[in-house]
This record gives sequence, C-alpha cells and structure tokens, in this order.
Amino acid sequence: MTSKSVQRLAPWIATVGFVILWWLCVVIFDIKNYILPTPLEAVEAMYKFRYPLFVHGLATLMTTLIGFVIAVGIGMVLGILVGSSRLLYSALYPLLVGFNSVPKAALVPVLVIWFGAGTVPAVITAFMLSFFPVVANVATAFATIEPELLEVMRSLGASRRDMTFKIGIPRSLPFFFASLKIAITLAFVGSVIAEIVAGNSGIGNVMLVASSNFNVPLVFAALIVVGIMGIGMYAIFDFFERRMTSWSIRGGSGMQQMGGG
Amino acid sequence: MSFIKLTDVDLIYGSADPKEKSAQTLAVSSANLSIAHGEFLALVGPSGCGKSTLLKLVAGLARPSKGSVTVDGQEVTQPLKTVGMAFQNATLLPWRNIRDNVMLPLEIVEPYRSRQRQEREANRERAETLLAKVGLTGFADRMPWQLSGGMQQRAQLCRALIHEPSILLLDEPFAALDTFTREDLWSVLQELWSFRKCTIILVTHELREAVYLAQTVHVMSARPGRILKTSTIDIPRPRTLESTFQPDFVEIVHDLRHHISLGKQN
Repeated sequence: MTSKSVQRLAPWIATVGFVILWWLCVVIFDIKNYILPTPLEAVEAMYKFRYPLFVHGLATLMTTLIGFVIAVGIGMVLGILVGSSRLLYSALYPLLVGFNSVPKAALVPVLVIWFGAGTVPAVITAFMLSFFPVVANVATAFATIEPELLEVMRSLGASRRDMTFKIGIPRSLPFFFASLKIAITLAFVGSVIAEIVAGNSGIGNVMLVASSNFNVPLVFAALIVVGIMGIGMYAIFDFFERRMTSWSIRGGSGMQQMGGG
Repeated sequence: MSFIKLTDVDLIYGSADPKEKSAQTLAVSSANLSIAHGEFLALVGPSGCGKSTLLKLVAGLARPSKGSVTVDGQEVTQPLKTVGMAFQNATLLPWRNIRDNVMLPLEIVEPYRSRQRQEREANRERAETLLAKVGLTGFADRMPWQLSGGMQQRAQLCRALIHEPSILLLDEPFAALDTFTREDLWSVLQELWSFRKCTIILVTHELREAVYLAQTVHVMSARPGRILKTSTIDIPRPRTLESTFQPDFVEIVHDLRHHISLGKQN
C-alpha cells in the first residue's frame, strides 16, 4: 500500500479504533446502558429517533450557522481594524481577551432574561464563542505584513483601501480559513450549550429531554449527530481553503525550484 | 540644475520631545546631496549609517527633522508617486504570479490605474517586455516561490520600473545574493538604466558594486551619517566585469575604502 492511500484511510481506521475501544470499555467494565450505551445502542437510538434528530439537528445547524456567519462578518471587520491600527490594537485587545475568557455558558441565563428562551440566545452564544479566533487570526495577519511591502505600497501612493484589499485581505486568507475551521466547531459548542440551558428546540434540547428520561443512548446519538455536522462543516472549509490559498501551501505537484540567477 | 536636493538635512528617530534626548537617535546629520536628472548615484557606508534613511527621505516616507528635501524644485511633504523602490528582500506577493506582481504598481499609480481595464492587454505585454529585458522570459506565470533569489530580485526590479518612475531607489537590492548572481544583476541594472534613463539612488555596502554602477559615489560615515567623500567615476560605459579588474577601477575602490576606514577612526 502506498503512503498516500494509508493517509487517506488513516482517519477511518482511527475512527473505527475509537468505536472498538468504546465498545470494549462498556463490555469489560460491564457498564449499564443508562450510564454509557454501546456504540450499537447509540446507532440504534439514532435510527429509532431519526425524525426528531433530523428536525432538531437542522434547527441546531441553522442556529449555529447564523451565529457563525455573524461572527465571521464582525470578526473579520474587527480583525482588520485591530490588525491595521496599533492604537486600536492596544485599546481593544485586552478587552477582547477578557471577553473571550468569560464562560459563555454562564451568560446564557442572562441572555434568556434579555431575549426570552428560544433561538436568539443560542445564536448569540454561538456567535460569542466563535468570533474571537476570527478576530485574533485576521488581526495577526494584518499586523505582521512586512514593513518593506508597506513601504513599496506607500511609495506608490497606495491608499488605506488599496493596502487592505491588495495586500491585507489576500495575505490574511490562510489565517482566516484556519480560524474558520476552529470557529465553526466552537459555534456548535455554543449553540448546543444554549439549547441545553434554555432551548425549546435543537439537538441540545433533545439531549436535555433524553437525559431527564434516562434515555442515555439518545443523548449519545445526539452527540454523534453534532459531531458529524461539525466534521462536515470543517471539511467544507478545508475544501475552500485548499482551493483559495494554495499559494500558501508550497510543494505539491507544481513544485519546481529553479537554480541559479 | 539638480533634480533631487537635500539641504542640511537632520533626521532624529524616536521622541520629538527635546526633554527626552536619551530616547533619540540622530540617524542623519547635516546631509547635503544634489542629484542631477538621470544621474546614477550610489551611497556607500558601514551598516546602520543612515543610508536607507536617506532613501526614505527622498521617497517622502520620512520627513526631515531639520533642513529640506526637494525633488524637481518641490518640497517633499508626502510619499512621492514618481518613485520605484526595491529592497534586499524581494517582497513579492506570494499569492500573485510574477506577471501580476510586476503589474501591481499599474493598479495603484495614476494614470494607469483608471485605464487598467481598457489597457489590460497592453499592460500585460509591457510587463512581459520588461521581464524579457531582465532575462525572465517565460517566467511570467510562475509563482514567486518557484523562482530563485536572484530571479525574484529581477522581478522586483521590473515591479519598481513598470510605472516608469522618474526616480528609482534601491536599498541594497543585491545584498542577499551570491557573488555570481550579483555580478549578473549589475549588468542587468546598468542596461535597464541605459535605456530608461531614470534617476537612480543605490544604497549598498559593496564598494565594487557602487563603482561599477554609479556615476557618483558618496561615502557616508557611521551613525550619525554624514557624507565624507564624493567621487565621480569616469570609467567608460558599458562597464563589464573586466572593467572591475582594471587598475583605475581598483584604485577608485581602494581610495573609497580608505575614506571609510578614516571615517571609522574619527
């Protein structure tokens, strides 16, 4: 087997290995299924509750994506501002770090007081968890532009706008995509937490109801659904990252180092 | 009639507050320079002597603390748009191929900027002609990382010249290259200058490079940079590598070296 096909199979092998390990734990330690179900029981629950899981999974996906899109929009603008101005950087960065350190789950009850139970707190929680990596990455990309490049641009009479659109944004794309992959997974965490604390729909709500009925297999089925959605979104961004920032990943088949002057 | 003129220029880096004298660095001290239209001038001196700072002053990227800088009779108060710059690092944009890198100034500098849609084809041709001049025929579609350091420098020279600037400012553009590549690029630059006839200021710490290329060589002292000695180089053009071994060439280099070491002692 070539090393390339090994690489392609590796994630599947690791996943199967993990499932086997899970199963062995349940069998060896004789764990009751209302504590930890076997993978098979979780999958059975997925099949049995496929309709509610689909509907609530879709609700969670929508909530997550709305929060995520807002986070990307605001995060990118804030990142550009913070990254291109030293004053804004020193003014806002401590605030952003402080804000990011606040446990968002603790804020959900407050959000419920403000907006009522339902989708809005979940969207806001998804937003709050996912916007920081976008800001931090885009700001880093903008703040680390080579000074000579800025001098070349300034000596041509380039405006702020030119610098942002011709240098800053293309340069920040690899950073931006890296942050999207982190942000989307965090957005799922945020929306599901909010749904558990104060939702009336979504996967989090399914988990809450299931665990209060001691239907632990369904809790795990719901977790698997969230995990699969997370992997799916990650894969989508990974695909776009490869297409749009191939210049930052050297090597590959196009590699051709020229010698001499 | 001088095209670029520096009169008693001081430049102090750091705090502008006179009470905080200790936080200040005098980078350039009472510099006087006069450069004619189309002249090729070289500034040589030890590293950190404020050579690059002089370039920034001419480009309008820095303002003098004292004295005046004029270009074409106008006081320089903001970045000039008629300037091309090249540095030790090629600073090509890694997400653009070589042609698009070279064409970058045309997207920014007027009048090219407002005409870039209509003249896209003409501009591409212009970039490719220039690339051919520096020996990069057929490399327009390559990405910067696919080129060697010397080739990236050639591309950088094209980018600095594409918008036909009247002034070309070169900040140790060949310093990171090996000797053979560097000597190749000397002749490339000499040829570019012979048909473009723009005014060039070359900052370097390589004396042979300065003497090979320039009409006038200014030797600067260590910080704070002052101009110690000005030599006019009369060696006929086109100069070749062979010229660098002629007695008159060697003598000029030797004399300049002597002034630099004198400057160190004082």
